[in-house]
Parts: sequence; structure tokens; C-alpha cells
Amino acid sequence: MNSLIPLFVILPLATAFLNLVFGRLIKWFPKALTPIVLLFLTGLSLYFILSWDSVIYSHKIGGWGPDKNIPIAIYFVLDGLSILLLSIINLLGFLSIFYTISYIKKFTGVRNFYTLFCIMVTGMNGVVLAGDIFNLFVFMEIAAISSYALVAFGVEKDELEASYKYMVLGGLASLFILFNIALLYWYTKSLNIADISRILEAGTNKRLVIFIQVLFIAGFGLKAAMIPFHAWLPDAHSSAPSPVSAMLSGVLIKAIGVYVLIRLFFNMFTISYEIALTITVIGTLSMVIGVLLAIGQWDMKRLLAYHSISQMGYVIIAVGIGMLILAKDGNRSWAALSITGGLFHLANHAVFKGLLFLNAGAVEYATGTRNLKELGGLSASMPVTSSTSLGASMAISGIPPFNGFFSKLIIIIAAAKAQYYLLTFLAISVSIITLASFLKLQKKTFYGKSKNRKLKNIKEVPFTMCFSMIVLALLCIALSLLVIPGIRETVMVNVVYTLINKSNYLLIF
Amino acid sequence: MTVYSLCFVLFLVGLFGVITKRNIIKIVIGLSIMEFSIFLFLVLIGYNDGGQPPIIMADIPHTQFVDPLPQAMVLTAIVIGLATNTMLLAIAIRLYRKYNTFDIRKITSLRG
Amino acid sequence: MTIIVKKVAQIISGIIFLYGIYIIMHGHITPGGGFTGGVIIAGAFIFLIVVYGDTIQKLKNKREFAIVLGGVAILAFIFFTASGLFLETPVFFKNYSFFGTLGNNNSAGLIPVYDIIIGVEVATALYSIFLTLVIFKKNKL
Repeated sequence: MNSLIPLFVILPLATAFLNLVFGRLIKWFPKALTPIVLLFLTGLSLYFILSWDSVIYSHKIGGWGPDKNIPIAIYFVLDGLSILLLSIINLLGFLSIFYTISYIKKFTGVRNFYTLFCIMVTGMNGVVLAGDIFNLFVFMEIAAISSYALVAFGVEKDELEASYKYMVLGGLASLFILFNIALLYWYTKSLNIADISRILEAGTNKRLVIFIQVLFIAGFGLKAAMIPFHAWLPDAHSSAPSPVSAMLSGVLIKAIGVYVLIRLFFNMFTISYEIALTITVIGTLSMVIGVLLAIGQWDMKRLLAYHSISQMGYVIIAVGIGMLILAKDGNRSWAALSITGGLFHLANHAVFKGLLFLNAGAVEYATGTRNLKELGGLSASMPVTSSTSLGASMAISGIPPFNGFFSKLIIIIAAAKAQYYLLTFLAISVSIITLASFLKLQKKTFYGKSKNRKLKNIKEVPFTMCFSMIVLALLCIALSLLVIPGIRETVMVNVVYTLINKSNYLLIF
Repeated sequence: MTVYSLCFVLFLVGLFGVITKRNIIKIVIGLSIMEFSIFLFLVLIGYNDGGQPPIIMADIPHTQFVDPLPQAMVLTAIVIGLATNTMLLAIAIRLYRKYNTFDIRKITSLRG
Repeated sequence: MTIIVKKVAQIISGIIFLYGIYIIMHGHITPGGGFTGGVIIAGAFIFLIVVYGDTIQKLKNKREFAIVLGGVAILAFIFFTASGLFLETPVFFKNYSFFGTLGNNNSAGLIPVYDIIIGVEVATALYSIFLTLVIFKKNKL
């Protein structure tokens, strides 16, 4: 099982360049090969989840063993958190590519799209699997540069300006991260995450470690679009083509933003009280300001992009509460509950936010506009789109049988048990404001009468687009089954096992 | 110590370019200067006193080498910087065709 | 361009190309290797386009050929790294060819092969970037 790990990086890269070479001779080659490869990778990650028999898997590249107890190889490390994110990335990638087969007819230069998309999936898989920080930086740059090109895919005025802003701010964040890697190498003379954690525990220079931690929060906070660094997100996620928006908002800000923060702060640094407080405050600001900015939006995809900031705030609050409990040596089971709720909400958000962006793309494909003031009364002529959109809106607002309710419930219970009553009150009120915002979206788009003459003959979107939306809507209900005690043991308990017990990460040697 | 502070001065020069200049090409050049200052800092970290270039030659006795790992990191980072600069310049050329100006204060069609 | 520049370019570009190949082939013994040798080879080709120029249709043909050659080079790289997975104990990216004596030209296993592949890849990538910008400017798209 250890030797199957590099397949997650080799297969999308080979697919990308096979599409480049053969896509110019045979027209239907990229459309046939890419969904098959991504479906195979989804199946492989589900096979890993169902037959998990060791604490942590690792694979040394090149077969170089440790030399005098110093690890010199590049490691691929797979534990519970990584396998959860891998399954989300590949599943959402498969559904987005299936959606693209008929959506992309409105764009020119189609043959480059599949190559760029597969390179982005390679980069994200590599970030989640990396065992040392410099490889993490390289794979993060691969994913980010291909996403800059995908945002500017249809070359209109809005998309070029959004891509330029995204690129300058993203380049600045990468510079901070590279400077941090230089400082860490200077202090510890090693690049392996497990080795650095051993050296930092025995170290003495506390002020340099605090400086490195703050710069990491700034650099990766910009990639994850937390509140002081969020300026690129509404433009980039609303101007991109819809399947790219679903991937960007659904997995990219999680895989190269929140996942790296969780991995570095739990497994590499020792948790201190001030840093945990900083992360919780940033999460609270993201949650509240994101939803307040989203109320007044009239562009459909811009509204969904602002709600992404707010839901990421939920995840960061849950992780921050877990770090605060661990820093004060409180009850470790409440910390585990809080982090479980946060990561469950991360998986749920990928599913329902991806579905909402695909719905917005279907509405734009059928009617040609995204402005809420011009739409209305579409539920009679587009039944699949309107029913799946209703399901996703109920999931994001936290209404009982859908998955958003269970993950928000776990976060609110954990916050109340740890006696942070202000966070509980803010989480509940933000959920109510989210419900109000999505009721406005549903009424203006699908129900009510429209005064627009151009919306006369609207047909339902083609079959491949409907298939992706129906599968995601079914997953919205199926993922709420992960709270049942029998299924919870196989999936969710494993996710936080290596984060809470830090010494498990050193088992990779 | 003065060498590291000179690297920091170069970083500040690049940051001044990104923040205050109005021309989109000058912003790209400022970002490029910031990247080069960090590459200089990375290479300076691996210096050992009295070190030789890290190449094994058959007839020269080797006792103390300069650290070769930051040099490998800088080579990779130069390639990444090249890819980012190429993308930025391609988008800048297309922006000029659409808006007919290089001034960043006039390229504001996305608001709110 | 005047006749002096054209004659000098004709002679010099062959020497630059040969120098680039020298840097790639000795990448495991002397400083250099795949990336820097690839940049020099791209420099030789770009030099010829700047001095002589060409029609748009021929530039588009050259660009297509450069992009396809780059894709084939990366596929060869992935084939060599993944071929380590088919041995008895599967290892990714293993260096398994024969190791000669230190300082010879055919030492260090598979590393000279990787150097040549990377050199081809970098040269075609830079050449296709340059040709894309030239075609974009001439076509006034």
C-alpha cells in the first residue's frame, strides 16, 4: 500500500501532457481520458479509507534511508487528514470535468483547458501528500500558477483584471512563504517536517519561532482568503468559468490554505496560547465580516464567493478552539470534538459550495446573465437546477436533514462546552444571516415572476451538467450519515488522530 | 551582518515599487526585485567560513564545503519566478489591448 | 538588419548551440546541468528569429512543433521516474542504471538521461513563449 502513494501525483501529470500531445490530433481524446483517470483516483482514495490498517503511511522517494538518524530523503506522508482531503479533491475534480464537457462550448481555445485543470489537480494532490516543507512550496506554486491561467480563461475585461490582482497578491504570499522556509532552514538545518518538530521542541530561541509563526499565518492566510487578506477572492471566483470557480472555492483555498495551517501548527510547532488566540480572532472576523459583506451583493457568483469567506471562518474557529484547549491543557476529548467538527464542515462546504457554483454556471449557460435583478421565475423551465439549488441552499444554512446542520451543530456544542459563549452566539447569528441571504438568492432567481422579456424560451441544461449537479445533491444528504456512531469510527475519528497525538507523526521513520 | 541588511534594503526597494507605482509593468518589475532579494538571502545562509565550492574533484583535498542545499532550492525558486513573471507579462499585454491604458488606477471595472 | 549582423549570426548561433549541448552533457560532473543548458540552447534559436524574422504561418508551425516536443519530453520524464515502480521493491524515482568510475562521462546512473530530457523541455518552453509573444504582436488580436 505504501507504493501506491506516488500514483496520486504521477497520474494527473501524465494525463495533462497526454492531453497536450494527443489533443491536437484527435478531438475527443481529452474529453474521454480525463474523467476516467480522475474517477480511478477517487476510487483509489476510497479504497485507502475503507482498508486503513496502520497509523500512518509513508513512502521515501528514491529509497534513501536515514543516514546517522538524519532523514535525507523526500517523503510522501499519508495520514487520516490527508486521505480525507485527497478524496474531496479527486471527487470534485471528476464532477467538474464531467460538467465541463458541455459547458466549455461557449469558450475558445478549448484544448488547453484540460491540461491546465489536470496540472492544478496534480499540484493540490502533491501539497496534501508532501512530507517536507520545500516540496510543499513547489507543489503549491504548481497549483497556484495553473489557477492564475484558468481564472483568465475567457479573455474578457473582467477576467483579465481579476487574474492580474490575484496574481500580484498570490506572488506576494509565495514570497513570504519562501522567506519563512529560508529562516526555518537557517535555524534548524533541516527541511523534513517531522525532523523540524523534534529540533524545535529542544530549541531555545523563542522569539525567532514566534516571528516565523506570524509570517506563516500571513502567507497562508492570504492563500486561504482570511479577512485582512481577502481582497482577491470576490473578483477571481466570480470571473472564472463555473467549473473552475467550483474547484477554486471548493478545494483550492482548503488544500493550499487551511490544510497547510493545520498541518504545520499541530504537527510542527508547539502550540502556544497567543498564536491560538490570534488564529481564533482572525477566524471570527472572517465569519462575521464575510457574511455582512455578502448581504448587499446583486451578482450571483460574487455573493457565493463572499459566503465562502464566511464558511472558512467557521472551520478556522473550530480549529482555533481546539488549539486553545490544547494550549491550556484542558480536556483533550473536547479539543478532538472541536477539530472533528471543523474538518467535517470543510468536507461539507466543498460539496455544497461546489454545487452552488455549478448551479450558477447552469443559470448563466441558459440565460446569459448573472445579475439577480434581471432573473426570476426559472423554476418552471429548469427543474433540475432549481431543485438542486434549493437543496444546497438549505445545506449551507444549516437545516436539519442536510449535512451543514450536523457540522455546525458539532462546532457550536464544542464552543459552548469550552465556555466560549461569545463565539457560540456569533456562530448562531451568522447562520441565521446566511439563511436570510440564501432565501433572497432563491426567490430572486427561481421563484417569483420576471419582468424581463429575454427570458422567454429557456430550456434545461444538457445531460452531463445535470449529472454532476444531481450527484452532488445526493452527496449533500449522504454525508450527514457520517455522524452515526458506526460509520464515524471508520472515517472521522481517524482524521484527528495524528493531530491530537503529535508523536504519531514521528512514526514515519 | 551588513550583508543581510543589504538584502533587506533590496526587499524594501521592490516593495516600494509594488505599492506606489501606477504603471502595471513597473509593478511586475518591483515584484521581480523582491523575489531576487529572497534568493540572495537563501544563498547567503549556506555559507561556512573558509568553504570551497561543493564539487568533488579528484586531485584537490576537500575539507570544508559550502552548503549545497540552499543552492538547489534557489534554482527551483528561479524557475518558479520565471513562470510567474511570464504569466504576469502576458496578462499585462492583453490588459493593454482591452483598456488602452497602462494606468492601474483606471482599470477598475470590478467594484464592491 | 544589416549584412554584418546576418553573417555573424549565421556563424555564432551554431557555436552557441554546441556550447549549450556541452553544458547539458557534463551536468553531473561540472556545474550546470539540464536547466542552464536548456536556456542557452533556447538563446541560440531566439537569436536566429530576432535577426532574420519569418512569415506568420511558418512561425505558427514552429510554435506547434515546439509545444508538442515539450509534451513528449515530459512524458519521457514521467516514464523514467515511474519505471522504478515495476521493480521487485517498488520505489518511485530510483536511480538504477550502472555506476561507472568517479569523474567519467557515463557515471551517476540515470542522471545524464534526466539532464538531456530537462534540457529539451526548457529549451522548447522558452522558445514557444517567445514565439507566442511575437505572433500576438503581429496578429493584433
